Amino acid sequence: MSTLTLVDVGVKYSRRAASALTGHSDTVVSGEWLGLIGPNGAGKSSLLKAIVGLVGHTGEILMDGVALSSMSDRERAGRVAYVSQDPLIPDDMTAREYALLGRTPYIGYFGSPSRRDRMIVDDVLERLRLGEFAHRMMGKLSGGERQRIVLARALAQQAPILLLDEPTSALDIGYQQQALELVAELRQTQQLTVISALHDLTLAGTYTDRLTMLHHGAVVVSGSAEDVLTAERLGEIYHVCVTVEHDEGQVIVVPRRGFPA
Amino acid sequence: MFGEQHDTRWFAAGGVFVLFAVVIGISIGPAGPDWWRVPLELVNRLPLIDFETGVSDADWAIVWKVRMPRVVLGGLVGGMLSIAGASYQGVFRNPLVDPYLLGSAAGAGLGATIALTIGRDATSTWPIDPVPTIAFIFALATVMVTYTVGAAFGGSRSGVTLVLAGVAVVSFTSAMQTFILQRNVEVIREVFRWILGSLSRADWGDVWLVIPYVAVSTVVLLLHRRHLDVFRVGDEEAATLGVSVARTRLVIVIAATFGTAAVVSVSGLIGFVGLVVPHIVRMVAGAGYRRVLPLSLMGGAGFLILADVPGRMIARPAETPIGVVTAFIGAPFFLYLLRTRRIGA
Repeated sequence: MSTLTLVDVGVKYSRRAASALTGHSDTVVSGEWLGLIGPNGAGKSSLLKAIVGLVGHTGEILMDGVALSSMSDRERAGRVAYVSQDPLIPDDMTAREYALLGRTPYIGYFGSPSRRDRMIVDDVLERLRLGEFAHRMMGKLSGGERQRIVLARALAQQAPILLLDEPTSALDIGYQQQALELVAELRQTQQLTVISALHDLTLAGTYTDRLTMLHHGAVVVSGSAEDVLTAERLGEIYHVCVTVEHDEGQVIVVPRRGFPA
Repeated sequence: MFGEQHDTRWFAAGGVFVLFAVVIGISIGPAGPDWWRVPLELVNRLPLIDFETGVSDADWAIVWKVRMPRVVLGGLVGGMLSIAGASYQGVFRNPLVDPYLLGSAAGAGLGATIALTIGRDATSTWPIDPVPTIAFIFALATVMVTYTVGAAFGGSRSGVTLVLAGVAVVSFTSAMQTFILQRNVEVIREVFRWILGSLSRADWGDVWLVIPYVAVSTVVLLLHRRHLDVFRVGDEEAATLGVSVARTRLVIVIAATFGTAAVVSVSGLIGFVGLVVPHIVRMVAGAGYRRVLPLSLMGGAGFLILADVPGRMIARPAETPIGVVTAFIGAPFFLYLLRTRRIGA
């Protein structure tokens, strides 16, 4: 129901700057979880921002055959939800009010949230086991709790495509796992298509269906974790010394001491 | 105080505050009846009630023809500056912003200076009072320059560029005003008095002059309060939530600017209200714009009406500039709130 097709997508921030992303083509099928990996500045965020319309792009981004660029801001917001790397969270807003912002695309220009909007938000908070935080101020919550509320906002948006830019980079290992488990569960129950940029390669390989590795704005390789995450390739792209181990189908990237060859 | 769901109670409290301020505002003054007789007379004028209050017709004329327009104009100016200030703060996500930010005050000041320099004699035959008219036109023109320059340099995405463009345009405009003043020292006194702001010459004509602008501007701003709440998560995320950020910001800025320019042109530059009343409202009632905007309107109206009362009494029969009074009362009260409650950015 929500296949995303990228045709020769490029992103350039200014005329003189180098391209942040060049000629990227891909098809993300409905219900797939695609992980974007690559060193800082590889173009992961640029790709996500292009899809959600925050930066202009060349080429075509189609959702079920319809160009996202031809949609109004509101139409697009009903189809693509986005969680930024570093969301600006007002301290003096309750968790429920914040999550309710996810309903913005469905509220008329001069309208206000309906009873149904509030029910959807309360339902999402309940499902994410955040009900107890609903009336707490965002500024009073821990980093992990805030992260989950941000996710709740994105889910309240009820868009079939969910874009996550480093959703777990600010969290400790326990919260990282919780957040990713949550996304995995929601993807199942809500039939979401998920594209996420991820720093932690082991987690990226464990949770996603497919990995695309970007470098200098271009695709290095795309495929299963086993194919993408090899010690030689990581050494070459990240300038890092790692070994890659395989354990019951899971690919584990282990940093080692020393400099890459 | 009343919890998250009780907007109506807050709005009722705001209404009571305005009503209280109006009654105080028309009851106290250097001439006219004893202050306590005015509320009695108001009750007396309600239908089906009739008793002797000792207020003569001449006394009532002072209340109705001198004090009432002043009170109404004070309410309009205070309410407008506060709701415009709250909107500017929201749209630029900057707590230090006031409604004069993009140049409406500096422009109005320049316009008034030019009008006063041309001279009362030369313009006495004009069908309209040139000072508010020219002040209004210059206020709008200055903000337009700021917006055009800011949008051209920063792209319409950037609120910060707009604020900085405002700083530059305001200094340029002020420099022009200073230059004109320095070559026409004889009007300095009059210009200075205008700049300090005053409601003392208010008549019903001024009220009718600003009401349409204030009404339209206020309604437009109130209709956008949900958008201001979305702006709180930042331009980028607001955009991903389906808000057309640049266009919505432009609409809000235009509405706030029109109202501000109109009230500045009749009352002069009354500082402090537009900056601080919204913060007081946030501290007392919470930071959601759904509540902050209507309460700023009411709080600002009541605040300025009350602030105008000592202005006419302290040095009577002379007038103390209202801008001085607002800062004198407002600043300590603001500091008190700052101490007792945490400030919301």
